[in-house]
Amino acid sequence: MKNEAIKVFQKRKKNIQETWMKFQLNDDALRDDLMTNEDLRRQSEELLATLTESLDDSNIDDPKSSSFDPVVDILSAISISRAKHGYSPRETGAYVFSLKDALLHTLQQDIKDPQELYVQSLKISRLIDSFGITTFETFIKGREEVILRQTDEISEISTPVIRVWDGIVALPIIGTLDSARTQIVMESLLQQIVETSSSIAILDISGVPAVDSLVAQHLLKTVSATRLMGAECIISGIRPEIAQTVVHLGIDLSGIITKASLASALKTAFNILHLQVVKK
Amino acid sequence: MGDLLLVTIQVDLYDRIAEALEADLVQMISKTGAQGVLIDISAVNIIDSFMGRIIGNIATMSKVLDAETVVVGMQPAVAITLVELGLPLNGVLTALNVERGMTVLRTKIDSKDNGSEDGNTE
Repeated sequence: MKNEAIKVFQKRKKNIQETWMKFQLNDDALRDDLMTNEDLRRQSEELLATLTESLDDSNIDDPKSSSFDPVVDILSAISISRAKHGYSPRETGAYVFSLKDALLHTLQQDIKDPQELYVQSLKISRLIDSFGITTFETFIKGREEVILRQTDEISEISTPVIRVWDGIVALPIIGTLDSARTQIVMESLLQQIVETSSSIAILDISGVPAVDSLVAQHLLKTVSATRLMGAECIISGIRPEIAQTVVHLGIDLSGIITKASLASALKTAFNILHLQVVKK
Repeated sequence: MGDLLLVTIQVDLYDRIAEALEADLVQMISKTGAQGVLIDISAVNIIDSFMGRIIGNIATMSKVLDAETVVVGMQPAVAITLVELGLPLNGVLTALNVERGMTVLRTKIDSKDNGSEDGNTE
Protein backbone atom coordinates (compact mmCIF):
# COMPACT_ATOMS: atom_id res chain seq x y z
CA MET A 1 0.00 0.00 0.00
CA LYS A 2 1.26 3.42 -0.82
CA ASN A 3 1.93 5.89 1.87
CA GLU A 4 -0.98 8.27 2.37
CA ALA A 5 1.12 11.42 2.12
CA ILE A 6 2.84 10.36 -1.08
CA LYS A 7 -0.49 9.66 -2.71
CA VAL A 8 -1.69 13.11 -1.75
CA PHE A 9 1.44 14.75 -3.06
CA GLN A 10 1.35 12.99 -6.39
CA LYS A 11 -2.30 13.75 -6.85
CA ARG A 12 -2.09 17.38 -5.91
CA LYS A 13 1.28 18.40 -7.26
CA LYS A 14 -0.16 21.34 -9.13
CA ASN A 15 -1.93 22.49 -6.03
CA ILE A 16 1.16 22.27 -3.86
CA GLN A 17 3.14 24.19 -6.44
CA GLU A 18 0.59 26.99 -6.39
CA THR A 19 0.47 27.10 -2.60
CA TRP A 20 4.24 27.11 -2.41
CA MET A 21 4.58 29.93 -4.90
CA LYS A 22 1.94 31.87 -3.00
CA PHE A 23 3.87 31.40 0.23
CA GLN A 24 7.10 32.43 -1.38
CA LEU A 25 5.68 35.49 -3.06
CA ASN A 26 4.08 36.65 0.16
CA ASP A 27 7.23 36.08 2.14
CA ASP A 28 9.33 39.07 3.16
CA ALA A 29 12.41 37.12 2.20
CA LEU A 30 11.44 37.20 -1.48
CA ARG A 31 14.23 38.81 -3.47
CA ASP A 32 12.74 39.77 -6.81
CA ASP A 33 15.74 42.03 -7.29
CA LEU A 34 18.05 38.99 -7.48
CA MET A 35 15.84 36.56 -9.36
CA THR A 36 12.73 37.03 -11.48
CA ASN A 37 9.52 35.35 -10.38
CA GLU A 38 9.51 33.22 -13.53
CA ASP A 39 12.97 31.87 -12.73
CA LEU A 40 11.88 31.20 -9.19
CA ARG A 41 8.80 29.37 -10.43
CA ARG A 42 10.83 27.23 -12.81
CA GLN A 43 13.33 26.40 -10.10
CA SER A 44 10.60 25.50 -7.64
CA GLU A 45 8.72 23.37 -10.18
CA GLU A 46 11.84 21.39 -10.96
CA LEU A 47 12.58 20.79 -7.30
CA LEU A 48 9.03 19.75 -6.48
CA ALA A 49 8.78 17.45 -9.48
CA THR A 50 12.02 15.71 -8.58
CA LEU A 51 10.95 15.40 -4.97
CA THR A 52 7.59 13.82 -5.74
CA GLU A 53 9.24 11.47 -8.21
CA SER A 54 11.89 10.21 -5.83
CA LEU A 55 9.59 9.97 -2.85
CA ASP A 56 8.31 6.45 -2.15
CA ASP A 57 7.37 4.18 0.75
CA SER A 58 10.88 2.96 1.34
CA ASN A 59 12.62 6.28 1.68
CA ILE A 60 10.09 8.58 3.31
CA ASP A 61 11.60 7.74 6.71
CA ASP A 62 15.16 7.95 5.52
CA PRO A 63 16.28 11.36 4.24
CA LYS A 64 19.82 10.01 3.69
CA SER A 65 18.60 7.41 1.20
CA SER A 66 20.46 7.47 -2.09
CA SER A 67 17.20 7.72 -3.99
CA PHE A 68 17.08 11.36 -2.87
CA ASP A 69 20.35 12.13 -4.61
CA PRO A 70 18.66 13.99 -7.50
CA VAL A 71 16.81 16.16 -4.97
CA VAL A 72 20.00 16.86 -3.05
CA ASP A 73 21.80 17.72 -6.28
CA ILE A 74 19.14 20.23 -7.23
CA LEU A 75 19.14 21.71 -3.74
CA SER A 76 22.92 22.01 -3.77
CA ALA A 77 22.89 23.73 -7.15
CA ILE A 78 20.21 26.13 -5.93
CA SER A 79 21.96 27.02 -2.69
CA ILE A 80 25.39 27.43 -4.28
CA SER A 81 24.00 29.71 -6.95
CA ARG A 82 22.16 31.62 -4.24
CA ALA A 83 25.33 31.96 -2.17
CA LYS A 84 27.13 33.39 -5.19
CA HIS A 85 24.31 35.77 -6.03
CA GLY A 86 24.40 37.22 -2.56
CA TYR A 87 21.29 35.76 -0.95
CA SER A 88 21.35 35.85 2.84
CA PRO A 89 21.33 32.53 4.74
CA ARG A 90 17.87 33.35 6.08
CA GLU A 91 16.45 33.80 2.59
CA THR A 92 17.93 30.54 1.40
CA GLY A 93 16.68 28.70 4.47
CA ALA A 94 13.23 30.26 4.15
CA TYR A 95 13.02 28.99 0.58
CA VAL A 96 13.32 25.35 1.61
CA PHE A 97 11.17 25.67 4.69
CA SER A 98 8.39 27.38 2.75
CA LEU A 99 8.12 24.11 0.81
CA LYS A 100 7.39 22.36 4.09
CA ASP A 101 4.61 24.83 4.81
CA ALA A 102 3.09 24.16 1.40
CA LEU A 103 3.31 20.39 1.78
CA LEU A 104 1.85 20.39 5.28
CA HIS A 105 -0.88 22.75 4.19
CA THR A 106 -1.97 20.32 1.48
CA LEU A 107 -1.75 17.34 3.84
CA GLN A 108 -3.99 19.14 6.27
CA GLN A 109 -6.63 19.62 3.61
CA ASP A 110 -6.56 16.06 2.32
CA ILE A 111 -6.02 13.78 5.30
CA LYS A 112 -8.99 13.85 7.60
CA ASP A 113 -7.86 11.33 10.22
CA PRO A 114 -5.97 13.35 12.91
CA GLN A 115 -3.78 10.39 13.90
CA GLU A 116 -2.69 9.76 10.31
CA LEU A 117 -2.23 13.48 9.68
CA TYR A 118 0.06 13.74 12.67
CA VAL A 119 2.20 10.78 11.64
CA GLN A 120 2.52 11.98 8.05
CA SER A 121 3.23 15.57 9.03
CA LEU A 122 6.00 14.41 11.30
CA LYS A 123 7.57 12.38 8.52
CA ILE A 124 7.42 15.22 6.04
CA SER A 125 8.75 17.65 8.60
CA ARG A 126 11.71 15.48 9.31
CA LEU A 127 12.41 14.96 5.63
CA ILE A 128 12.30 18.63 4.72
CA ASP A 129 14.32 19.58 7.80
CA SER A 130 17.05 17.28 6.63
CA PHE A 131 16.92 18.88 3.19
CA GLY A 132 17.10 22.25 4.89
CA ILE A 133 20.31 21.25 6.63
CA THR A 134 21.79 19.98 3.37
CA THR A 135 20.90 23.25 1.72
CA PHE A 136 22.62 25.12 4.49
CA GLU A 137 25.75 23.06 4.31
CA THR A 138 26.09 23.65 0.59
CA PHE A 139 25.17 27.30 1.02
CA ILE A 140 28.05 27.73 3.43
CA LYS A 141 30.32 25.74 1.14
CA GLY A 142 29.37 28.07 -1.71
CA ARG A 143 30.17 31.07 0.41
CA GLU A 144 33.47 29.57 1.48
CA GLU A 145 34.40 29.00 -2.13
CA VAL A 146 33.76 32.66 -2.82
CA ILE A 147 35.89 33.68 0.16
CA LEU A 148 38.68 31.29 -0.78
CA ARG A 149 38.79 32.56 -4.32
CA GLN A 150 38.96 36.13 -3.09
CA THR A 151 41.74 35.31 -0.64
CA ASP A 152 43.75 33.73 -3.42
CA GLU A 153 43.19 36.72 -5.64
CA ILE A 154 44.18 39.15 -2.92
CA SER A 155 47.37 37.32 -2.09
CA GLU A 156 48.27 37.14 -5.75
CA ILE A 157 47.57 40.79 -6.37
CA SER A 158 49.24 41.96 -3.22
CA THR A 159 52.75 40.74 -3.86
CA PRO A 160 53.99 42.53 -6.95
CA VAL A 161 57.75 42.59 -7.22
CA ILE A 162 58.81 45.74 -9.05
CA ARG A 163 62.08 46.12 -10.82
CA VAL A 164 63.02 49.70 -10.01
CA TRP A 165 66.49 49.73 -11.46
CA ASP A 166 68.98 47.40 -13.03
CA GLY A 167 69.84 45.14 -10.12
CA ILE A 168 67.31 46.61 -7.71
CA VAL A 169 63.88 45.13 -7.01
CA ALA A 170 61.26 46.56 -4.70
CA LEU A 171 58.31 44.88 -3.04
CA PRO A 172 55.67 47.07 -1.45
CA ILE A 173 53.74 45.09 1.15
CA ILE A 174 50.17 46.19 1.71
CA GLY A 175 48.03 44.71 4.47
CA THR A 176 48.76 42.48 7.40
CA LEU A 177 51.61 40.01 7.17
CA ASP A 178 50.77 36.53 8.35
CA SER A 179 52.72 33.32 7.92
CA ALA A 180 51.00 32.31 4.69
CA ARG A 181 51.51 35.70 3.10
CA THR A 182 55.10 35.94 4.22
CA GLN A 183 55.69 32.66 2.47
CA ILE A 184 54.25 34.01 -0.78
CA VAL A 185 56.08 37.31 -0.40
CA MET A 186 59.34 35.52 0.27
CA GLU A 187 58.93 33.11 -2.63
CA SER A 188 58.04 35.74 -5.20
CA LEU A 189 60.79 38.06 -4.00
CA LEU A 190 63.46 35.37 -4.14
CA GLN A 191 62.20 34.19 -7.51
CA GLN A 192 62.44 37.70 -8.88
CA ILE A 193 65.91 38.14 -7.45
CA VAL A 194 67.04 35.06 -9.33
CA GLU A 195 65.28 36.04 -12.55
CA THR A 196 66.53 39.60 -12.66
CA SER A 197 69.78 38.70 -10.87
CA SER A 198 69.34 41.69 -8.65
CA SER A 199 71.67 42.32 -5.79
CA ILE A 200 69.41 44.60 -3.80
CA ALA A 201 65.85 44.07 -2.63
CA ILE A 202 63.79 46.80 -1.01
CA LEU A 203 60.88 45.76 1.20
CA ASP A 204 58.51 48.67 1.61
CA ILE A 205 56.23 48.25 4.61
CA SER A 206 54.42 51.60 4.51
CA GLY A 207 51.22 49.67 3.75
CA VAL A 208 51.51 47.37 6.74
CA PRO A 209 49.07 48.62 9.39
CA ALA A 210 50.85 47.25 12.44
CA VAL A 211 54.04 45.45 13.23
CA ASP A 212 54.02 43.03 16.13
CA SER A 213 56.71 40.61 17.13
CA LEU A 214 55.35 37.97 14.75
CA VAL A 215 55.34 40.28 11.74
CA ALA A 216 58.82 41.46 12.66
CA GLN A 217 59.97 37.87 12.80
CA HIS A 218 58.51 37.27 9.35
CA LEU A 219 60.34 40.32 8.04
CA LEU A 220 63.60 39.14 9.58
CA LYS A 221 63.13 35.74 7.94
CA THR A 222 62.61 37.34 4.55
CA VAL A 223 65.72 39.44 5.04
CA SER A 224 67.77 36.39 6.05
CA ALA A 225 66.56 34.44 3.04
CA THR A 226 67.46 37.28 0.66
CA ARG A 227 70.90 37.45 2.23
CA LEU A 228 71.36 33.72 1.75
CA MET A 229 70.63 34.21 -1.92
CA GLY A 230 73.43 36.73 -2.04
CA ALA A 231 71.40 39.92 -2.18
CA GLU A 232 71.13 42.77 0.27
CA CYS A 233 67.75 43.62 1.73
CA ILE A 234 66.61 47.08 2.76
CA ILE A 235 63.42 47.67 4.73
CA SER A 236 61.79 50.99 4.01
CA GLY A 237 58.61 52.84 4.81
CA ILE A 238 58.83 52.52 8.56
CA ARG A 239 56.34 54.90 10.09
CA PRO A 240 57.01 56.59 13.45
CA GLU A 241 54.37 54.45 15.21
CA ILE A 242 55.96 51.31 13.88
CA ALA A 243 59.39 52.45 15.03
CA GLN A 244 57.86 53.00 18.48
CA THR A 245 56.27 49.55 18.67
CA VAL A 246 59.41 47.85 17.41
CA VAL A 247 61.49 49.44 20.14
CA HIS A 248 58.87 48.83 22.83
CA LEU A 249 58.64 45.18 21.88
CA GLY A 250 62.41 44.93 22.04
CA ILE A 251 62.78 43.64 18.47
CA ASP A 252 66.33 43.82 17.26
CA LEU A 253 66.52 45.26 13.75
CA SER A 254 70.12 46.39 14.09
CA GLY A 255 71.42 43.88 11.54
CA ILE A 256 69.13 45.24 8.84
CA ILE A 257 69.34 48.41 6.83
CA THR A 258 66.15 50.32 7.63
CA LYS A 259 65.06 53.51 5.93
CA ALA A 260 62.14 55.84 6.53
CA SER A 261 61.07 56.15 2.91
CA LEU A 262 61.40 54.30 -0.34
CA ALA A 263 63.32 57.27 -1.74
CA SER A 264 66.05 57.04 0.84
CA ALA A 265 66.17 53.27 0.44
CA LEU A 266 66.71 53.75 -3.27
CA LYS A 267 69.46 56.26 -2.54
CA THR A 268 71.19 53.74 -0.30
CA ALA A 269 70.82 51.09 -2.98
CA PHE A 270 72.46 53.41 -5.53
CA ASN A 271 75.27 54.01 -3.08
CA ILE A 272 75.86 50.30 -2.59
CA LEU A 273 75.92 49.73 -6.35
CA HIS A 274 78.19 52.77 -6.81
CA LEU A 275 75.63 54.48 -8.97
CA GLN A 276 75.16 58.20 -9.16
CA VAL A 277 72.12 60.21 -10.14
CA VAL A 278 73.16 63.37 -11.97
CA LYS A 279 71.01 66.30 -12.98
CA LYS A 280 71.04 66.97 -16.70
CA MET B 1 91.69 29.04 -10.39
CA GLY B 2 94.57 31.11 -9.14
CA ASP B 3 94.26 31.53 -5.43
CA LEU B 4 90.58 30.63 -5.44
CA LEU B 5 89.03 27.21 -5.05
CA LEU B 6 85.77 26.48 -6.86
CA VAL B 7 83.57 23.70 -5.57
CA THR B 8 80.53 22.84 -7.65
CA ILE B 9 78.00 20.57 -6.03
CA GLN B 10 76.03 18.79 -8.73
CA VAL B 11 74.02 16.25 -6.77
CA ASP B 12 71.81 16.44 -3.76
CA LEU B 13 74.12 16.09 -0.85
CA TYR B 14 73.93 13.16 1.48
CA ASP B 15 75.51 13.22 4.87
CA ARG B 16 78.51 11.09 3.98
CA ILE B 17 79.34 12.99 0.77
CA ALA B 18 79.01 16.22 2.69
CA GLU B 19 81.42 15.09 5.38
CA ALA B 20 83.88 13.90 2.73
CA LEU B 21 83.56 17.27 1.02
CA GLU B 22 84.31 19.06 4.26
CA ALA B 23 87.49 17.02 4.84
CA ASP B 24 88.70 17.25 1.23
CA LEU B 25 88.13 20.96 1.04
CA VAL B 26 90.08 21.73 4.18
CA GLN B 27 92.91 19.56 2.89
CA MET B 28 92.88 21.38 -0.43
CA ILE B 29 92.92 24.80 1.20
CA SER B 30 95.97 24.00 3.25
CA LYS B 31 97.70 22.30 0.33
CA THR B 32 97.12 25.06 -2.25
CA GLY B 33 97.15 27.95 0.15
CA ALA B 34 93.97 29.23 -1.44
CA GLN B 35 92.72 32.61 -0.35
CA GLY B 36 89.10 32.07 -1.20
CA VAL B 37 86.61 29.26 -1.63
CA LEU B 38 83.54 29.40 -3.86
CA ILE B 39 80.86 26.82 -3.19
CA ASP B 40 78.37 26.67 -6.05
CA ILE B 41 75.16 25.05 -4.86
CA SER B 42 72.91 26.12 -7.74
CA ALA B 43 72.14 22.48 -8.56
CA VAL B 44 71.12 21.61 -5.01
CA ASN B 45 67.38 21.42 -4.54
CA ILE B 46 67.15 19.78 -1.16
CA ILE B 47 68.96 20.80 1.96
CA ASP B 48 68.66 19.76 5.59
CA SER B 49 69.95 21.09 8.86
CA PHE B 50 73.00 18.86 8.74
CA MET B 51 74.00 20.24 5.33
CA GLY B 52 73.40 23.76 6.55
CA ARG B 53 75.76 23.11 9.43
CA ILE B 54 78.39 21.57 7.16
CA ILE B 55 78.38 24.69 5.00
CA GLY B 56 78.67 26.82 8.12
CA ASN B 57 81.54 24.61 9.32
CA ILE B 58 83.39 24.87 6.02
CA ALA B 59 83.15 28.65 6.19
CA THR B 60 84.49 28.77 9.73
CA MET B 61 87.27 26.29 8.98
CA SER B 62 88.42 28.22 5.92
CA LYS B 63 88.42 31.38 7.94
CA VAL B 64 90.73 29.70 10.42
CA LEU B 65 92.95 28.75 7.47
CA ASP B 66 92.85 32.37 6.30
CA ALA B 67 90.51 31.86 3.36
CA GLU B 68 87.11 33.41 2.71
CA THR B 69 84.10 31.30 1.73
CA VAL B 70 81.34 32.45 -0.58
CA VAL B 71 78.24 30.33 -1.16
CA VAL B 72 76.80 31.11 -4.58
CA GLY B 73 73.68 30.33 -6.55
CA MET B 74 71.40 29.24 -3.75
CA GLN B 75 67.91 28.29 -4.93
CA PRO B 76 65.01 30.27 -3.44
CA ALA B 77 63.49 27.10 -1.98
CA VAL B 78 66.78 26.22 -0.32
CA ALA B 79 67.11 29.71 1.13
CA ILE B 80 63.60 29.54 2.57
CA THR B 81 64.27 26.10 4.04
CA LEU B 82 67.46 27.26 5.72
CA VAL B 83 65.71 30.26 7.22
CA GLU B 84 62.81 28.13 8.43
CA LEU B 85 65.30 25.72 9.97
CA GLY B 86 66.75 28.65 11.88
CA LEU B 87 70.09 28.50 10.08
CA PRO B 88 70.63 31.93 8.54
CA LEU B 89 74.34 31.02 8.02
CA ASN B 90 75.63 34.12 9.71
CA GLY B 91 79.22 34.82 8.79
CA VAL B 92 78.97 33.07 5.44
CA LEU B 93 79.22 35.33 2.43
CA THR B 94 76.71 34.74 -0.32
CA ALA B 95 76.37 35.77 -3.94
CA LEU B 96 73.86 35.25 -6.72
CA ASN B 97 76.16 33.53 -9.17
CA VAL B 98 79.77 32.44 -9.58
CA GLU B 99 80.73 35.67 -11.31
CA ARG B 100 79.39 37.81 -8.51
CA GLY B 101 80.95 35.48 -6.00
CA MET B 102 84.36 35.99 -7.60
CA THR B 103 83.95 39.76 -7.39
CA VAL B 104 82.98 39.49 -3.74
CA LEU B 105 86.01 37.32 -3.01
CA ARG B 106 88.37 39.56 -4.97
CA THR B 107 87.32 42.68 -3.08
CA LYS B 108 87.49 40.77 0.17
CA ILE B 109 90.99 39.48 -0.53
CA ASP B 110 92.17 42.83 -1.84
CA SER B 111 90.92 44.66 1.21
CA LYS B 112 92.62 42.03 3.36
CA ASP B 113 95.89 42.52 1.55
CA ASN B 114 95.69 46.28 1.78
CA GLY B 115 94.11 46.14 5.17
CA SER B 116 97.42 45.85 6.98
CA GLU B 117 98.72 48.99 5.28
CA ASP B 118 95.94 51.52 5.09
CA GLY B 119 93.42 50.31 7.65
CA ASN B 120 90.59 48.65 5.79
CA THR B 121 87.29 50.10 4.68
CA GLU B 122 84.23 47.97 4.09
